[in-house]
Amino acid sequence: MSTLTDKLFKRTKDEWKELLINNAIIIVIFAIIAVVVIREPSFVSVAVFRNILTQSSVRLILAFGVAGIIILQGTDLSLGRFVGFASVLSASLLQRPDYPSRFYPEMAQLPLFVPLLVAIAGCVLFSAINGWVVAKFKIHPFLATMGMMITLYGILSIYFASGAPGPQPIGGHDERYVQLVNGQTLGVPNLVIFATIVSVIIWVIWNKTTFGKNMYAVGGNPEAANVSGVNVMKTTILVYVLAGVLYGIGGYLEAARIGSANNGTGFGYELDAIAACVVGGISFSGGVGKVSGAITGVLMFTIISYGMTFIGLDQYYQYIIKGILIVVAVSLDTKKYLKKV
Amino acid sequence: MQEEYLLKIKDVNKSFSGVQVLKNVCLNVRPGTVHSLMGENGAGKSTLMKCLFGIYRQDSGQFFLGGEEFNFQDPKHALENGVSMVHQELNQVVQRTIIDNIWLGRYPVKKVFVDEKKMYKDTKALFDRLDIHLDPRTRLDKLSVSQRQMVEIAKAVSYDAKIIVLDEPTSSLTDHEVKMLFDIIARLKKEGVGIVYISHKMEEIFEISDEVTVLRDGTYIGTENIKDLTMEKIVNMMVGRDLEDRFPEKTNVPGDVHMEVKNLSTKYKPLVKDVSFELRKGEILGVAGLVGAGRTEMVEALFGARTKTSGEIFIDGKKIDNGDPHKAINNRFALLTEERRETGIYPVADITFNSTIANVQAYKNKAGFLTDHKMKEDTDQQIKNMRIKTPGRKEQIRALSGGNQQKVIIGRWLLTNPDILLLDEPTRGIDVGAKFEIYQLIIDLANSGKSVIMVSSEMPELLGVTNRIMVMSNGYVSGIVNTEETTQTEIFNLAAKYLNNTKEAEV
Repeated sequence: MSTLTDKLFKRTKDEWKELLINNAIIIVIFAIIAVVVIREPSFVSVAVFRNILTQSSVRLILAFGVAGIIILQGTDLSLGRFVGFASVLSASLLQRPDYPSRFYPEMAQLPLFVPLLVAIAGCVLFSAINGWVVAKFKIHPFLATMGMMITLYGILSIYFASGAPGPQPIGGHDERYVQLVNGQTLGVPNLVIFATIVSVIIWVIWNKTTFGKNMYAVGGNPEAANVSGVNVMKTTILVYVLAGVLYGIGGYLEAARIGSANNGTGFGYELDAIAACVVGGISFSGGVGKVSGAITGVLMFTIISYGMTFIGLDQYYQYIIKGILIVVAVSLDTKKYLKKV
Repeated sequence: MQEEYLLKIKDVNKSFSGVQVLKNVCLNVRPGTVHSLMGENGAGKSTLMKCLFGIYRQDSGQFFLGGEEFNFQDPKHALENGVSMVHQELNQVVQRTIIDNIWLGRYPVKKVFVDEKKMYKDTKALFDRLDIHLDPRTRLDKLSVSQRQMVEIAKAVSYDAKIIVLDEPTSSLTDHEVKMLFDIIARLKKEGVGIVYISHKMEEIFEISDEVTVLRDGTYIGTENIKDLTMEKIVNMMVGRDLEDRFPEKTNVPGDVHMEVKNLSTKYKPLVKDVSFELRKGEILGVAGLVGAGRTEMVEALFGARTKTSGEIFIDGKKIDNGDPHKAINNRFALLTEERRETGIYPVADITFNSTIANVQAYKNKAGFLTDHKMKEDTDQQIKNMRIKTPGRKEQIRALSGGNQQKVIIGRWLLTNPDILLLDEPTRGIDVGAKFEIYQLIIDLANSGKSVIMVSSEMPELLGVTNRIMVMSNGYVSGIVNTEETTQTEIFNLAAKYLNNTKEAEV
C-alpha cells in the first residue's frame, strides 16, 4: 500500500512537472468541461451523452484513417474531399424512387451495401494513389495529399454536376439508408454501434496483425524496417488503402447523417480529424499512437464543441479556443519527443 | 565437393555521385571462421557490407554464396537467403518493444493474427541461450545503448544465418558483454557459420579472428591469416605508412592554466557527471571514452548548448557564464560539432557563407548591412591559409571533400578569433592524407596560444596529437593521463571503469 502511495505522491519537483506537462491537455479539457457543467448543470444528462457519442462516431472513423498516416510520420489534407466524394457517390445512388429530382432518374433501388462498396472502392483508388506517390517519389505527404485534395475536388464536382437535375444538393435519401444510419438498435444509436465495431477492428489490425506492427515500425524508423526485411513501400500504400476504406465508410454514413450531400460536404473535416489525433497523443514524429488515443481525442473535441455551444458561447470564440488547444496540444506532444539537451 | 568458401565477393565497384568508394574489392569467407574486415573510417567496409546485404547496388562485381552467384535485391532477400547483419548505426524502432524489434519483418502468424505468445516464448528462449537478461516486453527507448546493441546481436543470431556480418558490434558494449558476444561467436563458428567482423579494436581482432582482410580508401589491400599478422603490420596495411608518419611533430608547449572547469553536470541523458579539469594555454587535451560516455555532451555543456545542473567555468581565474552558445562565443569559445553533415555545414550554401556565418556580426557596416567585400576577403584568406582545395569561394560546400569541408568549418570558427577550441571528432570521415593536415592545423593553433579540447574515438589520433588525455566513463572523468606516459590498454581500462556501476556505488 505504501509503495502505491509512494508511487503516486512521492515525486520530485521535476517529476511532478513532467506529469503535469504530459497530462496538461487532459487537464485543460476537464477544466473547460467543469466550466460548462458549472454554468449549465443539465449538461450532465443521458441525452447529451448520447448526442456526443453520435456526433463523434463518423469523426472517429475518419480519424482512424488519418491516424495511420500520421503514425507513418505523414498527414492527409485530402480527407475532407474523400468524405465529400464518398458522400456524393453514396447519396446519388441511394435516393428515394419517388423523389422528384433524382440524380439517376431511371435507376432501380439498389441494395444498401452496393453504394457503400462503390464509395469505398472510389476512396481506396485515390487514397492508394496518395500512398504510392508518397512512397515512390518520397514526396512529403503534406504536399502529395494537398495535390489530391485539389484534384479530387475537381473530380467530385464534375461528378456532382453530371447528375440529371444538375449541380444541386443530393437529398431525398432512401428510407432504408436513413434508417440504417440514423436509427437505433436496442436503444443504442446505430452510428455508435458502427463506430464501436470499426474501433474494435482497427484495434485488432493495429495491434494483432503483421501489417499493423509493420506500420508502427515504418513510422518509427523506416530504415530499421527496411533492413529487417519489411517492404516499406507496400506497407505505406496499405496504410493509405486502409485510410481509403475508412473514408469511404465515413462518407457513406455522413451523407445520411446530415441528410444531403454536395461537392462541399466534408470540407475542413481533415483538420478536425488531425487535431483529434494529435490531442489523443498520436504523434507527428511517427511510430506512436493508440486506438484509445484517437477515441479520446475525438471525444474531447466533440465534448468541447458541444459543451461550448450548450452554454451558448459564440461560435467565433469557440474557434479561438479550439485553435489554441491544438497548438498547445502539439507543442506539449513535441516536447515529449524532443531530444532534450 | 564442399566449397572452400562460404562467401566470395569478387571485384566489387561502387561509386556515389561520381566518387568511387569501392574499387575491385574482394573478400572470401570460409565456413566456421571469423573473417575480420579492417580499414580506417571511410575505407569502404560498411559500404561493401551494404552492397552484400542489398541496401546498396554495386556498379559491378559478383557475390557467391556457397558457390552460387547471387545478387540480393533488398535486405529481405538477403535475410531469407541466410545472410544477417548487425548494423553499425543500430537501426531499431525505439518506440516499440524488444519482441517487436527482433521479429520485425517475419512476425509469426497464426491464422491472420501475429502470434504474440510464440514471439514471447521464442525471445525468452533466444535470450536464455545467449545469456541476456532483459524483459522482452521492454520498450527499446528504456534500454541503454549497450543493451540495445545486445538486442541487435541477438536478432542477427536468431535468423540462423549462414553468414553473419557484425559491423562494429562492440562499439558500446561493456567488457562482460563483449565476452558474451565472443562466446556466442565461438558457438556459431562450431555450427559452421561464417562471420564477417568489423571493428576498430585491435585486441578484439587478435582475439577472435581467423583471417583479416584490409581495405584502404576503397581498394583491396590484402588478406592474411591472423597468425602471420602483428598490430603494426595491420596498421601499416590500413594506413599505407608507418604509424609515426601519420602525425605531425608535436611542437606546442602548454603554458599556464587557462581554463578551469569545476563539477560540470548535465540534466538530460546521456549525462555528464561532476566533471572537473584544467586546460592549459596552448595545450591539446584529448577526450577519450566509449560511445555514450558523455564526451560530446561534455563539450556541448561547456559551450552552453546543453542544460547544466551544476558547473563553473573559470578563465584565467575569472568565473564566466556560458549559459548559451551566444555567450560562449562572446567568451571566445568555439565548437566544432561531431556530425559535420547534420550540424556543421550548410550544404547548398557557398564557401563564403559557410565560413562567415558564425561571425556575421563583424561584417556589418554603419547602416547595419553586411559588407560583401570584407567577407570575400576573409574567405579567400581562409582558403589560402588552410589550403582548402576548391575552385573558388563560390563553390557549394557540399561539392568539397570531407576534409576540405572540415577545414572550412574550422576556418569559420577561427574567424571568430576563439581562445578555446572544442573539437568533437574533428577527423571523422576524412581520408588519411587530409587527416594529417587537420592534425597539423590543430598543432599550429595550439602553438599560437589557443587551447584545444579534442574529442576523438580514434585512439591513435589521441595518442599522436594530444598533450594529455582525459578519459570519460559513463559520464564521469575516470582519469586524466599524460599522453607520453600512457598506453592504449590503460585508456581502455579507464574508459570501462564506471560502466557497470556509478562512482557513488564504488565509494
